[in-house]
Amino acid sequence: MTIKVYIPRDSASISLGADKVARAIAFEAARRGATIELVRNGSRGMFWLEPMVEVSTPEGRVAYGPVKPDDVAELFEADFLYGGQHHLNLGLTEDIPYFAKQQRLTFARVGITDPVSIDDYLAHDGYRGLANALKMTPADIVEEVTTSGLRGRGGAAFPTGIKWRTVLGAQADQKYIVCNADEGDSGTFSDRMIMEGDPLVLIEGMTIAGLAVGATMGYIYLRSEYPYAEVALNEAIAAANARGYLGDDILGSGKTFHLEVRRGAGAYVCGEETSLLESLEGKRGMVRFKPPLPALEGLFGKPTVVNNVISLASVPIILDQGGANYQEYGVGRSRGTLPFQLAGNIKYGGLVEAAFGLSIRELLYDFGGGSRTGRPIRAVQIGGPLGAYVPESQFDLPLDYEELGKNDAMLGHGGLVVFDDTVDMAQMARFGMEFCAIESCGKCTPCRIGSTRGVEVIDRMVEGKDRPKQVILLRELCDTMLSGSLCALGGMAPFPVLSALNHFPEDFGLAEPADKAA
Amino acid sequence: MNSTQPAWDRDTVLGIIDALKHKPGALMPILHGIQDSIGYVPPDSVPLMAEALNLSRAEVHGTITFYHHFRTTPPGRHKLEICRAEACQAMGANRLVAHARKTLGVDFHETTADGAISLEAVYCLGNCACSPAVMVDGELLGSVSQESFDELVGTLRSQP
Ligand SMILES: Cc1cc2nc3c(=O)[nH]c(=O)nc-3n(C[C@H](O)[C@H](O)[C@H](O)COP(=O)(O)O)c2cc1C
Ligand code: SF4
Ligand code: FES
Repeated sequence: MTIKVYIPRDSASISLGADKVARAIAFEAARRGATIELVRNGSRGMFWLEPMVEVSTPEGRVAYGPVKPDDVAELFEADFLYGGQHHLNLGLTEDIPYFAKQQRLTFARVGITDPVSIDDYLAHDGYRGLANALKMTPADIVEEVTTSGLRGRGGAAFPTGIKWRTVLGAQADQKYIVCNADEGDSGTFSDRMIMEGDPLVLIEGMTIAGLAVGATMGYIYLRSEYPYAEVALNEAIAAANARGYLGDDILGSGKTFHLEVRRGAGAYVCGEETSLLESLEGKRGMVRFKPPLPALEGLFGKPTVVNNVISLASVPIILDQGGANYQEYGVGRSRGTLPFQLAGNIKYGGLVEAAFGLSIRELLYDFGGGSRTGRPIRAVQIGGPLGAYVPESQFDLPLDYEELGKNDAMLGHGGLVVFDDTVDMAQMARFGMEFCAIESCGKCTPCRIGSTRGVEVIDRMVEGKDRPKQVILLRELCDTMLSGSLCALGGMAPFPVLSALNHFPEDFGLAEPADKAA
Repeated sequence: MNSTQPAWDRDTVLGIIDALKHKPGALMPILHGIQDSIGYVPPDSVPLMAEALNLSRAEVHGTITFYHHFRTTPPGRHKLEICRAEACQAMGANRLVAHARKTLGVDFHETTADGAISLEAVYCLGNCACSPAVMVDGELLGSVSQESFDELVGTLRSQP
């Protein structure tokens, strides 16, 4: 009997040696005359265990990890193909607490299926959402998404259903679906994991979006830092085209939807939706003034849905199980689940999909196991480079858009970057300003020039040159950026800076909390 | 034409432009096509793109210079990108960067004297649970230490 062996093709797993392990297993199996079928799946998202190898057994999949090429011969000796005992044996994958405690909706198939196999996708409930959508009117599809309470996962948390309704209502000869796969935030990799681990769910979500608003063409704007995702997406698009799930006549319905991947070129600001559209049109990624909204005048001037990867990849399960079911997860106005990402100095780094509402502390300690260095966690930056640094005193806050917002923090794309007590928060604040200066599109002065001035002020502060005056200057500068910037790059860069200053004044050479010292 | 610039294959570039110019928003795919094929976007190729796409040279030039990814000079034999973003900093990326600058004797956007390695900065490679992260010729590496970095550099220098 052929035994299925799973080794991720996810780029993080490959970065830790998954390809070498796959080759070693293929070689060893051939040498021993064992018949195996090697499946390159996505990652389950437990990166401290990667490369993690799984074998299917009658009881379920058994995991081994982290496996090095040198371990492979020994694993064969230990009969790992039949779930044999070995010190790398982790038991049944789905019983590993980190995994078992999650609520996987969007990531239901990631790590389980062959990412580019339509048959595997269908065997695991794939394309059921599309089948339903094909029987519905566009307005009903939009209504289902509205009912789900889904809000944009790219950071701004705008209700997806409302955006779609605007595009549906717009009259035009051509409309577009644009997937924002620029994932520029440090500490985030959920978009990448979907695109490498279950690209078909994104393709299905975009196809449903096309049916909902009457768009026949979709683009995935993918950052150039993700070459592995590009390969997986293109393989999956080809597979979907070959089987009639994309193209001029989707499953004989007479509906059309085409999809193309377009590569960005290393500009953080191109994650901002209007800058992204400029870039797709072949121009400099300069942010546009709004209005007009992209929903009315977007790509090439046509009505356009711009949605994040996770927003779109959450649509198939909503159309499959119903919006009402999806919105039962979560708290307050944050409905459904979010794939949280644990990154930086964390022992058990990886992806945790869970309903909104669990606390920062639960994620950091119950899932993450504390810092990787074993030292106390001092600060966590949540929501990317424009997100605030959160101190220990706020670790009991629930992860929910509104609750974090009330505390001058933000959830954004759900990445948590962990720092231990060796971090110098004045240097992190300086980096926040420096990053803004490097990535500014240059349209507004507060962002373009202010960020450079910000670096200088922080430098003077750290050197101890007239600190009280520098504090006033820095706060004024932040105010100007907050109120005088066209987009959130300049408009939110002050958040990490001010949070560092307010919560960790001692790192800036200030004895008291900064507002008092000033 | 600027005679100090290295020669590049005009037919290759024209072929790429021709194959892609019909696409809506063709300039980005064309720039990627050229850089993927010959390693950089030669300044002399700007008029060819401008003409094929009915754009001004300034527009093409403006697009090229906006994006960190595009380069207008030939790279070294290998491209080594180190992540400088927050999650990697939390795991010592700044020390790795200092080590790289010192041992390679170059700063970012420069190429080592033997032409082997071009050093570049990137801001997140999506490998933030396995920091510090590095990308070499498009291949992702995780949990990179100074020792594994030195080993990598040794391998790259010995490769054509
Ligand atoms: C500077 C900046 C960078 C952004 N980067 C991203 C990004 O990488 N990915 C993303 O989905 N949204 C990003 N956004 C948010 C987008 O502008 C937009 O809100 C989003 O694509 C809408 O999709 P959603 O409603 O599905 O979240 C960014 C915004 C700003 C201001
Ligand atoms: S805030 Fe900065 S990035 Fe945003 S539009 Fe203004 S200059 Fe451009
Ligand atoms: S911050 Fe370095 S890979 Fe994300």
